[in-house]
Formats: sequence, structure tokens, C-alpha cells
Amino acid sequence: MPAFLTALQYSILEAVCARLVPADGAPDGAEIGAVDYIDTLLGAFTFTPPRIWAGGPFSGRFGGAASFSDFEELSPAEELAWRTRIEGSLGIPERERLGPVAGLQETYTRSLAKLGEEILSLDPAAQDDRLREVSDFTYLVYGHVCEGLYGAPEYGGNRGLAGWNYLNYEGDVQPRGFTDAEVSGA
Amino acid sequence: MSRDFDAIIIGSGPGGSTAAEILTEAGLSVLIFERGRNHLIDLDNPAILPQRFSNDELKYMTRHFLGPDPWAEPRTFRTSIADGDRQVIGEVNNLPATVGGGGVHADGKLPRFREDDFLVKSELGAIEGANIADWPVTYDEMEPYYARAERLIGVAGRAGANPFAAWRSGDYPMPPGPPMYGALVTSAAAQKLGYHPYPAPTGVNSIEYDGRPPCNNCGFCAYFGCPIHAKGDPVAPLRRALLTGRAQLRPQSHVSRILVENGQATGVEWIDVRGERHIELAERIVVACGAMETPRLLLLSGLTSEQIGRNVMFHMQTFVFGIMPFRVHGHIGRSVTHVHDDHILVDEAARAAAAAAGLPWIKGGLVEHCSPSHLIAEAKQYPWGPQHKIMMRESPMRDRLLGFCMQGDDLPQFTNTVDLDPAVTDIWGLPVARTTYQLHTHELVASRHHAAKLAQIMKETGAERIMTATSPKTTGDLTTSHSEISQVPISRHVAGTARFGTDPSSSVCDPWGRLWEAPNVMIADSSLFPTGSGYGPTLTLVALALRNSRAFAA
Repeated sequence: MPAFLTALQYSILEAVCARLVPADGAPDGAEIGAVDYIDTLLGAFTFTPPRIWAGGPFSGRFGGAASFSDFEELSPAEELAWRTRIEGSLGIPERERLGPVAGLQETYTRSLAKLGEEILSLDPAAQDDRLREVSDFTYLVYGHVCEGLYGAPEYGGNRGLAGWNYLNYEGDVQPRGFTDAEVSGA
Repeated sequence: MSRDFDAIIIGSGPGGSTAAEILTEAGLSVLIFERGRNHLIDLDNPAILPQRFSNDELKYMTRHFLGPDPWAEPRTFRTSIADGDRQVIGEVNNLPATVGGGGVHADGKLPRFREDDFLVKSELGAIEGANIADWPVTYDEMEPYYARAERLIGVAGRAGANPFAAWRSGDYPMPPGPPMYGALVTSAAAQKLGYHPYPAPTGVNSIEYDGRPPCNNCGFCAYFGCPIHAKGDPVAPLRRALLTGRAQLRPQSHVSRILVENGQATGVEWIDVRGERHIELAERIVVACGAMETPRLLLLSGLTSEQIGRNVMFHMQTFVFGIMPFRVHGHIGRSVTHVHDDHILVDEAARAAAAAAGLPWIKGGLVEHCSPSHLIAEAKQYPWGPQHKIMMRESPMRDRLLGFCMQGDDLPQFTNTVDLDPAVTDIWGLPVARTTYQLHTHELVASRHHAAKLAQIMKETGAERIMTATSPKTTGDLTTSHSEISQVPISRHVAGTARFGTDPSSSVCDPWGRLWEAPNVMIADSSLFPTGSGYGPTLTLVALALRNSRAFAA
């Protein structure tokens, strides 16, 4: 079950992510996990600790004990900053020190409603036209799609490392690292 | 109130941690305040090196893990008073707010300055509109401190490899690490055209050193903390200071002001992680918050010198990129392994370019041979749609991109300032640092002159396409070959906001880094620099902190 998105919002975002990064032999953006990444970000505070900063030092993918899934605790100031960013200022005085902030949750909810269920029945070219009409939102989602495809999978995206695998990218290589020959060779 | 410590150090970066080592070595007890979190060192048992940092682009590059959070602790920026109170609120040239400070995220290139960098005014001469001054210390006096700084941090390099280097009393404590493939390509091209690339002096272990392992080339170097402590970050001096039993490190503790009475500091006010305020008293205060937060703290403390915050300098970065017909795998290795110094020389061609623009001289800076290495940053540059994966596979902006980054010398100007923003506050209610900054014609002319030379080298590599960019962005007719990145300088090499000198009317600190206004306060960061040079500031600020702390402890 999604952490934040409704089933309909999830479906619309799947369609959007599949257009932002279409399938071409490698899976599309939604299949690589972009929607789950965005949902995890929007619902970061439904987890304890919140899913803001993965743990360290190692993911276990190249040795060492896996610790990326042990997310870091936030200080009160860090929690205030991240809640403001994600939930918005919502009229709460301490969140409006620099003026009102529209949270990511509100931006996604409003913009997905604007795109509406009807985008699901459009053909790909018409879906692209709709995305160009809401270019600010499309730009925001695209940034998150890039993070979801190429960030560490512990943040909810990069399903089965599909984002790294189609590029033959190794990802986090500690504690193995690379050999001197790999550094200096062609 | 009692005094529990002989000295308070504000900031745990390279300057503050060096001061901590020297003051504790001299027998003083010190309390180190750090506003950021601690991931670097085990405070209960400093002999153990905890492993907390990770290869995680999202955490470090996108989500501000090393701090400061740009909403909780923003800065502001404008290019001149005519722009109003500010144009930008948020991230302005942020260095990490974390135990170890800027030493944590840097990829550790640690060059020395040259002899003439300490004597720009007397050797090269004044330039109209610039506030150039000689340093109150010479290279010859600094050399032993440079040598000691290289040993304490652990710098890998090869003496004699750079024909333009200042004299040195001995070799580096470690040989250079393995050269990156891309740097071998650009170095060969540079050599062919008569330039002198060499292995960058780097605070990254090439062999086991000081109980820390050699670097294993993971590629998450610049902007990341090192997961295995192979970097010469401030863990080494902090560990030595803590192991004396005379130092205490207090993370997530924000000093809000220095208490000053009748020309003497008596202590500091600080804010804990819950937002509660406390007082700590001491007879000596060391300020090492970096060249933007240090003047902010001095102003918040009510110090009144007209010179505080003046002459802020960045490096003007000039980038020349080439898209190669082959893969360069810039994600394998320690970010930058080669540099060249040729553009720092004021040669005949540089003087001719200067004269054509009505200037007596121009100076460029150290050129780093580099290549981008991170996927998310790359992906965001490409368009959405079917092009996305085609571009990611072909990777013109990462895996086939080689670059030069010149850290161009930026002249001090009296009107380039860091002061307190009149309205924007941080999460604790304190006014934030505001930068007012414009390039001098010198930087524009030097950038254009040297960019053309760097483009010639890039052409020699066989690049398919060559692009030039600068930071800060440039405008006007000098810049027809430049594209824009941003008007806020992205260089993290910041200096000059509390310069030291021999005359209180034109400097903030005396020749030993102590405030003229309150001599029991010493500054231990690049705020002291009267001029910037074309080299990164870290090794020089550490060497200065070694020299000045010894005197401060006496």
C-alpha cells in the first residue's frame, strides 16, 4: 500500500512517469520504481525514523554489513525543515518564518487532480501534450523521477537496481571500491 | 559562573580542529562547539574510527545530509546595493555544517600557495577598484607550518613534479595515488602543448597513514564524507586533541554570539539542539566558522570594525568541457588526480591581455583536470521523453565528458561584503549572512584569456565538442564565448572577510590572527586572507592556524 498516494493518484503518476521516461528495451520510469520513490518521499514521515536520509556506511551490495535501510533520526530543526518542505507550512507560525511554503504533498495532490483520471485514457502523444501544459509540475516530477531511477533503492525507487543495470553502472561500491587498474585503464 | 575550559573553539572544520590540536598540545583545556551533527568521530572513544558516511548521491547531493539545511539556515545574496535587500534566499555557497566542516566534503586537493601569493601588492602592484594588500607573513615563514600541516593531515604528492611550486623543505609524506584515466588523457594533451600537469597534492591516503587505510577509489569523494576514513579530513587533529583528555567536542550546539566587554571576550552564548540558550565562559576564544559565518558571528556579537565582512573573495571558476568519442569513467577514482599551475603565472601573454583591457596584470588559477561522476545530476540535465535513456546511455554530460576547472584568482574589493541580512533569519531567529558580490574586470579578462588556452588543450585531446562556462555567470561584451550557470559563485573557496594585517584601520585582525578589537579572540579560518590566490585555501588556513595557535596558547 502506498505511504501517501491514493490508488488513483498512484495510477496517474504511473502514466506520467512512463511518459517522462518511456520503455525502450529497458523498463519505463514507473516500472523502474519512480512512483514508489515519490510516494516514499511524500510519505516519509509515516515511517520511523522518517525516510529522509538512508543509513551507512554500506548497502551490502559490494560487501560489508548492509545498513542503508537503517534511516537516520532527525533533530527537531531538521524535522521542522523537512516537514515544512513535504507537508507545507499549513499556517503553522514556526513553518512560515520565510513566508508560506506550499508542500510537496499539496503540489502533487493539486497537480494530479488537474491532470485528472482522463489522462489515463489518452494516447501517448496526447499525454505528452498534457504534460507540456503543466510544465512546472512536469519539471518537478521529472527531477524526482531522475532521483528515483538513479538513487539508491532504499529510498523506494530503482527497483531491482534496474536504473543502474541498464547503464551498467555499479552504484555504491564500498567497501570493495575500484582497483588501481580500473582507475587508470581505458 | 565558573570557567570550565581555558579556551572555546567555535567550529570543528580544518581551522578549528587544528587550533584544538595545538592548544591541547600546549596544555590548555578546550571546548569545541560545532553547530552540525557528528558522523566523523566516536566521542566516547576517539581511538575508534566510526564508519558512518556512505556512497549515496541522494543523501549528500540532494538532501543536505552534511548541512546546513537551506531552509533552516539560509543565506542571502545580491550583486549590489542597487539590487535591493537581496535577490536570493537559500543555499549560497554553503560549506558543510557537520563535525569536520568543509574538510569532510572536500576531495582534499591541498596545494600550497607560492611565494608571490603573500606579496601581491609589492610584487605585482595595485589594481584600481581592488583592495589588494600584502600578507603580514611571508612564504619563508610559513614553510615549516605548511610542511607540518601536510604531515598532520596526510597529503599525497610528489616534490618537484610542479615546476612552478614554491620551495619546500622536504617531500610529501605519501606518494600520489593512482592517476585517473581521463586525467591521463588531458594531461598528455596539455604536455604536448607545453603545459606542466602534475599529480595534485591531495589529502587522500595513497598508503596506510596515521592508522587510516589507503583510498579504494570508490569515486564518491567531492561532496561526500569518506566511509573508510581514507581522506585527510579533520578526524586526525580532532582525534589527537580528544585523546589528550583536555578537549571536549559539543556537536549540534550553535554559538549565537561572543560576549565582549571592554575589549575582551568573556565567553559565548550558545543554543542547544532544543533551542535553549546557555552561556559558557573562557579566557580565550577561537573563531573558525568559515569566511561567511565568521564575519556573521562577529557582527552578531556587536563588534564594530568597519572592516568586518569586507573583501569577500571566491574563486571565479572557468570551466572548459570536451565531449569525448570514448568513455572516461570519471566515477572511478578520487575525483581529481591532476592539476596544472601554468595559468597562475603572470607571463607576457597575460600582461598583453591585461593591457588590452586597461589592467596592469591578470592572474588565473590552478586548473583541475576533472570529469563529472554522478547519475542523478547528469539525468536532470537531459530532456524528458524518449531522449532520456538515449542520452543516459550515450552519456555526453558524464561518462564522455572531460573538463578543466580553473580556480581563478578573485581580487578583494571593499564593496564585496558579507553582512547581516536586515530581515531574513535562521531557525533560531538570528539574522543570516548576506553576501553582496560582483566580479572585478580582472576576473572577467583573466577568465576569457585562459579559457581560450584551455579550449586549445581540450581540442588536442580529440574532443568532439567543446563548451565553456563560468561561475559566477558573466555578462557584457567580454563574455560572448561564455554561457551562464548562476550569478551566485559556486566555488566553495571563500576567503577574506576578516583580513589580518599590520594596521588596525585597514584590517580586522593583527598579524597573529587576533581581533584588534578583542585580542583574546583569534580567527582560524580563511577569513584572514588579504588576497585569495589561485589555489584552494585549506592547507594555507591550516598552516596559519598552526602558526597562530601556538602564539595564542602562550
